[in-house]
Amino acid sequence: MRIGVDVGGTNTDAVLVDGSSVVTAAKTPTTADVTSGIVTALRTLVDTSDVAVEQVQAVMIGTTHFTNAVVETRRLAPTGVVRLGLPATEALPPMVGWPEPLRQALGGHVHLCHGGHEFDGRTIAPLDRDELRRAAADLAANGVTTVAISSVFSPVNAAAEQEAAGVLAEELPTAAISLSHEIGRIGLLERENATIMNACLRDLARHIVAAFRAALVEIGIDAPVYLSQNDGTLMAVDYAERYPVATFASGPTNSMRGAAFLSDLKDCAVVDIGGTTSDVGILQHGFPREASIAVEIGGVRTNFRMPDVLSLGIGGGSHVNGSEVGPQSVGYELTSQALVFGGETLTATDLAVAAGLADIGDPARVAGLEPGAALARIEERIAETVDRMKTSADAIPVVVVGGGSILLGDSLPGASELVKPEHFAVANAIGAAIAQVGGEVDKVVALEGTTREAALEQAKAEAIEKAVAAGAEPDAVHVVDVEDVPITYLPGNATRVRVKAVGQLDLGRFGVATRG
Amino acid sequence: MRLVGEAELEDIAVGAAILGTGGGGDPYIGKLLAQEAVRRHGPVEMVEVDEVPDDAFVVPSAMMGAPTVMVEKLPRGTEVIRAFEALGNYVGRRPTHTTSIEAGGLNSTTPFVVAAQLGIPLVDADGMGRAFPEIQMIIATMHGVNATPMTLADEKGNSAVIDTIDNSWTERLARTLTVDFGATSMIALYPMTGKQLKAGAFVPGTISLAEELGRLVRETRAAHGDPVAAVVERMNARRLFAGKIVDVARRTEAGWAKAEAQIAGTGDDSGSSLVLQIQNEHLVAIRDGEVVCSVPDLIVVMDAENGGPITTEELRYGLRVIVIGAPCVPAWRTDEGLAIVGPRYFGYDIDFVPVEERFPA
Repeated sequence: MRIGVDVGGTNTDAVLVDGSSVVTAAKTPTTADVTSGIVTALRTLVDTSDVAVEQVQAVMIGTTHFTNAVVETRRLAPTGVVRLGLPATEALPPMVGWPEPLRQALGGHVHLCHGGHEFDGRTIAPLDRDELRRAAADLAANGVTTVAISSVFSPVNAAAEQEAAGVLAEELPTAAISLSHEIGRIGLLERENATIMNACLRDLARHIVAAFRAALVEIGIDAPVYLSQNDGTLMAVDYAERYPVATFASGPTNSMRGAAFLSDLKDCAVVDIGGTTSDVGILQHGFPREASIAVEIGGVRTNFRMPDVLSLGIGGGSHVNGSEVGPQSVGYELTSQALVFGGETLTATDLAVAAGLADIGDPARVAGLEPGAALARIEERIAETVDRMKTSADAIPVVVVGGGSILLGDSLPGASELVKPEHFAVANAIGAAIAQVGGEVDKVVALEGTTREAALEQAKAEAIEKAVAAGAEPDAVHVVDVEDVPITYLPGNATRVRVKAVGQLDLGRFGVATRG
Repeated sequence: MRLVGEAELEDIAVGAAILGTGGGGDPYIGKLLAQEAVRRHGPVEMVEVDEVPDDAFVVPSAMMGAPTVMVEKLPRGTEVIRAFEALGNYVGRRPTHTTSIEAGGLNSTTPFVVAAQLGIPLVDADGMGRAFPEIQMIIATMHGVNATPMTLADEKGNSAVIDTIDNSWTERLARTLTVDFGATSMIALYPMTGKQLKAGAFVPGTISLAEELGRLVRETRAAHGDPVAAVVERMNARRLFAGKIVDVARRTEAGWAKAEAQIAGTGDDSGSSLVLQIQNEHLVAIRDGEVVCSVPDLIVVMDAENGGPITTEELRYGLRVIVIGAPCVPAWRTDEGLAIVGPRYFGYDIDFVPVEERFPA
């Protein structure tokens, strides 16, 4: 028995899942302190089912806290940044191109030091331990307690970051240290940016995780807690305390994974229609396709493994003007502003009610409305967006989830079938509940003295090992994604390899903690 | 003469990516490097070609290397000082000006890093009026200017001078050295006098043109106008095709990033398809089996939604794009020019036909 929770900007959703069936679901408004919203949602689950809290084996939470903290520049810790790369990289120091307020919030404690590697594993320069000690002393003098370390080509060779972390730990024994090779991929600035964001969130992560634990204690649930990551896999909370940045953008991922679960489809498009926007993504082998281009968060460029999602300004609360719909929306005020709820604003939801697609509010208030043209426009624009996201020209199945699903009828141009699964309104929380655990490898391999096949096999083994270390059942881990891209220009012997492996969370191994 | 600072560099990066016809490196890193250099050393003095004295010693500068490595091992910034010193020592004369080899995301802005640090003026020009993949593909080749003596430098303080019998040796030796330097190097090459520069060895005004194109895109976008139309008008270009990318097949061949992109027509182009053949840059555009534009004319792919230029690395399924064809600089359309960069050089058995002859206004 698992519980999935999705803490969104507007609603906190929770579901109780038994094996592959949804036992019960709850939706409550998100609260400012977050914890009380989660407590309310969990209590509703317990009250509306005959499940004893002792039967809950694991709780999975998806949250937007950390993304929002960066976007709103709130509760970020003063952060030290140590880059190993001199004499290279000096032309673009860490945090170049960051928005000034965010940069200031972190204090600008930046140190460029010697170190790093070439693409083929040679060192650029040896580490200078005295230089690192001086940097540590400066950070200590400035009261910095969290540090990000990046090093050139650390995804190929992590030794420099690890050794530097050892030196810093001697000087700053209580500091939290985040290493870039554990967080990002090739692309120094983007990987470093992600590592800095991770470092500045670690204080907050401790508080949030404590709040989650407190919420469970209040309900009486004593089970391991996991947070969802942006690639659709889980991390244990103690891991989340160290890698909060991995939760960024887990919302769209969860809704897509939930859609896959509810519809039993592994390769399809998912349309999540909310109050203000529709998010369209693609599932491949049951996982969201990742964006291949840089993603900005709070104005900072990163290369996170973000799901490739296209947003369209159409949702259940969208204003309707003639046959044009959105992008303005009544948002969370739908239940007071829409015509069917006694309000004065014509919304997309009113169109759906007038067309008989949904039976909510007072249909008499929209009698006489001619919804045909505007609904056709909604369908056309969603179909267009799905078409943009497709990986081939063939028609593919489309799954619709989210509260705004009522805007679509029972077919969509370009879709081989349109699926509106049961429990579509809480797909996010379901996605959190059913998430798997994974491991990933992304590195540049020199193929001299080995073969491409051998290099790929080794990378696969490493990815599987990482998945098992993260809590996957060792016998059921499988590789879901293999990609190797030859590095142009070099004389044909270097290739960049990315492998991802996932497996079911091993509930037995981590056990259902007994209460004591 | 005028000063160029951070704001101008925003526009230059966008415009240069348009002129780069899909190639020329990552515009983001290029822009950041130039902006940071200007922040540290002050704005760059940019001079017109005819302001350059006959006896000036003009040395173009660029970055060479694997794009994947360039985004990881960022430059130190001072490599270029060593490259310029090494060239000065070899030739026995200090460079007085620098300029750009090609228009494109990275190498149109790299010379600003050089000019800012060395405190020398940058000539508003470039070697080809667009971007091309090989070292000898530059108008100066037709003016008897050699790529060498050429210098390369890394961030550690190493530098090398190469002086070759022809440019295929230049290409070969420069690549080997660059790989040993860690797959990136800062280079100074095609040294020339002000007189050679003014005699047409370089294309005047390319940086200003890039800035103007970037500004057009930005301002037209802000005014909710059609940025593609504005660019088409300024470049005397032709709108070749509008559609959606339905396939991108990439392969690496002899060290080159080759690709073929298929675009399915939308709107007026519904029912037609356009194929783009790519080697670092867009080389040939074929509509329903018929060539509609080819090198050396410029084939530019722009985002149908915001008018921004799209590099070949960014091409992917589903992007809505508008493809335009623009006339190249006249020197490339001569027999001599076509021998260096015409479709046959790239292995296409087709005659070059200027885009404005195919599609009279």
